[in-house]
This record gives sequence, C-alpha cells and structure tokens, in this order.
Amino acid sequence: MAKIPVTFTHNGTDRAAFADPGQNLLEFLRRGLGDLSPKYGCGQGACGACTVTIDGQTQLACLVLAETVQGRDVRTAAGLADGATLDPLQEAFMDHFAAQCGYCTPGMLVSARALLDTNPTPTREEVIEAISGNLCRCTGYEPIIEAILSVAGRRATA
Amino acid sequence: MTEVQTYPTIDEAARAMARGAAYMGGGTIVMREVNAGTAAPVLVRTDDPTLRQLRAQGDTVSLGAGVTMAQILAEPQLDFLHPVARRVGGPQVRNMGTVGGNLFAAHPYGDFAVALLALGARVQLAGTSGARPVEDVLRDRARQVGLVAAIEVPRPRHGSFGFTKVSRVKPKGVSILSIAVLAPQTGGTLRGVRVALGGMGSGPLRSAAVERALDGQRLDRTTLEKAQSVASDGLQPPTDALASAWYRSEVVGVHLRRLLQSMESS
Ligand SMILES: Cc1cc2nc3c(=O)[nH]c(=O)nc-3n(C[C@H](O)[C@H](O)[C@H](O)COP(=O)(O)OP(=O)(O)OC[C@H]3O[C@@H](n4cnc5c(N)ncnc54)[C@H](O)[C@@H]3O)c2cc1C
Ligand code: FES
Ligand code: FES
Repeated sequence: MAKIPVTFTHNGTDRAAFADPGQNLLEFLRRGLGDLSPKYGCGQGACGACTVTIDGQTQLACLVLAETVQGRDVRTAAGLADGATLDPLQEAFMDHFAAQCGYCTPGMLVSARALLDTNPTPTREEVIEAISGNLCRCTGYEPIIEAILSVAGRRATA
Repeated sequence: MTEVQTYPTIDEAARAMARGAAYMGGGTIVMREVNAGTAAPVLVRTDDPTLRQLRAQGDTVSLGAGVTMAQILAEPQLDFLHPVARRVGGPQVRNMGTVGGNLFAAHPYGDFAVALLALGARVQLAGTSGARPVEDVLRDRARQVGLVAAIEVPRPRHGSFGFTKVSRVKPKGVSILSIAVLAPQTGGTLRGVRVALGGMGSGPLRSAAVERALDGQRLDRTTLEKAQSVASDGLQPPTDALASAWYRSEVVGVHLRRLLQSMESS
C-alpha cells in the first residue's frame, strides 16, 4: 500500500516524513523520525509511556493514527531540554529521585509539562489527576508528585 | 494491514461506511485493534469540523459525535455532564475519546452512553433527518447503524440528574458498574424517572424495575429501600476480571441508594 506523506512540527522543527497505512504515531516517531523518547509500554492506551502533546494536548501516541498529525504541532520529551539546558521539570525529577528504571519518565514529563503550561500552580490533587493516565511501576508516585510540585512552587515564588 | 480513508465531509464518510467500512472516531478503541492487526481492512474517518461542534445553550444541548470528553469538561454550560466526562479514562483518553465512540464502546466501557440513556438523548445519524432515541442506537449497535453525526441531550432540571461510577482503581479505573438517574420532582413527587445502568448487562440498559419503584413516589426511606431491593431484578450482569455477576447484583442497589440520597441532599 502507498506510503502517506505527513508534514508537521516535531518539537518545534518542521518535518516531512512518510507514514505507513494504519501506522500509529508512536512507531512513526520512533522508527520514522528516530525520536526514541516516547516509549512503547502496552500499545493499548493503558500505560501512558507513549504520551506526547498534539497542539498542546496530551495524547497517547500508540492510539493516534500517524497520518492525522498532518499540519499539527507534536511535542515529545526529547524536546523539553534546550541543548544541554534541561527543563526545570527534568532537573526536579533528578533532584527528587522521581525516576528509577526511567521507562515511565518521558511520558510523565510530557503530562507534567502540559499541566504546568496551562496551570502553573497546580494543587497536589491536580498533579495527581494530571498524571493519572501514566503508570509507574517503580517509584510509588510520591517522588514524581513531589518533583512536579517543586517546580510549581518555584514558578509560584519566582 | 489497515487502510484508513479520510473524507472531508460527514456525508462522504457516511456513504463510504454504507459500502461496509468501519468508522474510526477518536480511535482509543479502534486503534488498539489496528495495532493488534484485528481491525477491519478499511476504516473510514472524517475531518469535518461540524463533527466537533458543540451547542451548549438552551433546553437541548447538541454534541457533535466527534466532541471529546475534554471538550465537554472545558464548557461550563455543560456542567451537568462534567461528573460523567471526568470519569472516562485518564487525561489523555479524555483528550482523544469521543461522545460518538462511547455509544459503541463494549463493556467495561460506555460510561458516557449510560448517562445519555438516562438523560433521554437522541441521536442524529448522517444522511437522515430527525433523530432516533439513544435506546435504539444502543440496542442496534452490534449491527451497522451508520455514522452518528450528533447527539441531542435535553438539559435536566437543576439537581435532577445524578451519576456514579464504581471502580476499583481511582481516579481512572474502568467501571465495575455505573448508574445514571434522571429524577425530576414536581411538588416533592418523582415524575418521569429514567434510570440507566452500565456493567449490568451486555451494554447500557434501563432498569424498568427501579423506574417503577421511584415514579410517582416521594424520595423517602420506603422508596429508597424499594429501589435498592429491586435494582438487580431481571438483570444478568457479566462476570469479568473485575467482579463477578453475583457481586455486581449484590452492590448495584447499595450504590443506587447512595446516589439517590446524594441527589436528595444536594
Ligand atoms: C486506557 C483507557 C481507558 C478507558 N477508560 C474508559 C472509561 O473509563 N470509560 C469509558 O466509557 N470508556 C473508556 N475507554 C474507552 C474509550 O476511550 C471511550 O469509550 C471513548 O469514548 C471511545 O471513543 P473513541 O472516539 O475513541 O472511539 P473509537 O475507538 O474511534 O470508536 C469506537 C467504536 O465506535 C464506533 N464509532 C465511533 N464514532 C462513531 C460515530 N460517529 N458513528 C458511528 N460509529 C462510531 C467505531 O466504529 C468503533 O466501533 C478507555 C480507553 C482506554 C484506552
Ligand atoms: S504504549 Fe501507549 S499507552 Fe502504553
Ligand atoms: S521509574 Fe520505572 S516505571 Fe516509573
């Protein structure tokens, strides 16, 4: 079957690539663009490891048809750092030991970034809600919640 | 491999569906099948903006079938639907999953459809005039009913609508069961009661027994007890990984009673 041309923005850069019919966005990003930051956990929408934002909204890349990002703004965890300068969230995840095996971390970071972009000073409940679609099998979530809140606090007092 | 055909308008998509193709909405269910290689060989979708339209004013609100749970939550005038939309999946699923797709979501999904059933919603199919009761679409959903274009929902009188979802994992576990109640009162008497249950059969269903127990009554202790005691009458709930049929039958009345009590006190 014919490949489908897709032009879109990937972490702020204009990109053009070919998607296979029926290909999901996760495979498209990983295999087609070499962005390995979104992870494959389940391919069923259950784990959130593949979370990306499309036009600012968190979505599950494994359940998005790749060709539908035509003309859209797709962001992944790989786009959070600015060269060697990490996003404050990434620093906070390190400071708070919010990553153990790290498999959930890119998805967590994307969900957290999306929350803070729309709500810079979330409550603890809002943080929990925002990452409720992301599973972590290592940390027990507390360090992740603390890390996100610490960035919110920093922003609030800055 | 699955081929996905995208059409600019609802009508073109509906015509393609009439030729036997399956429809893809937000894709949260269909894409799983695509990933697993079990989806239909041809899927149809459309970018028609009218599918994402939402009219929130007035006595009847209109939701395009492609309206997402997140869109509903962002609309203050749809506050009566917020407790329902909030309980569908996690944030990413709410950004993707649509109202139209929820009508066809098999157990344990379909929480929003349960609410639509209690509210007496009507379904507008592409290429047809007039709207069909949501009951009909839910009953016929195993067969191809065509492309749902929009859903009309009568706005319930303030405080007359309640919804609860029982799940094991909070905040985003799937339903053990869900209950939606429309219970308008006239001078303290319940009139025109509609009670819908999810997780208590093969799909969302109305409970005639509970409706009979409530209609024409005052919401007092006797009525609550009666409603609780008949809640599982005539139903054959499923047994799955989350709960047995026996468990569902035991607890549905308890949750129904708590829901009715919370509506009474609010
Ligand atoms: C992790 C996860 C958690 C979930 N949790 C819940 C939950 O708590 N509660 C719940 O109810 N659901 C849940 N779901 C299921 C699903 O996300 C929702 O039911 C959603 O509303 C389905 O909508 P969709 O647009 O994604 O459907 P799709 O996957 O696009 O379609 C589903 C079905 O509906 C049909 N369809 C879709 N739109 C139309 C239309 N306009 N006309 C005719 N047919 C149509 C499709 O052909 C298909 O058969 C969950 C899913 C995931 C992955
Ligand atoms: S890989 Fe997408 S949700 Fe698990
Ligand atoms: S750090 Fe291992 S899954 Fe979260």
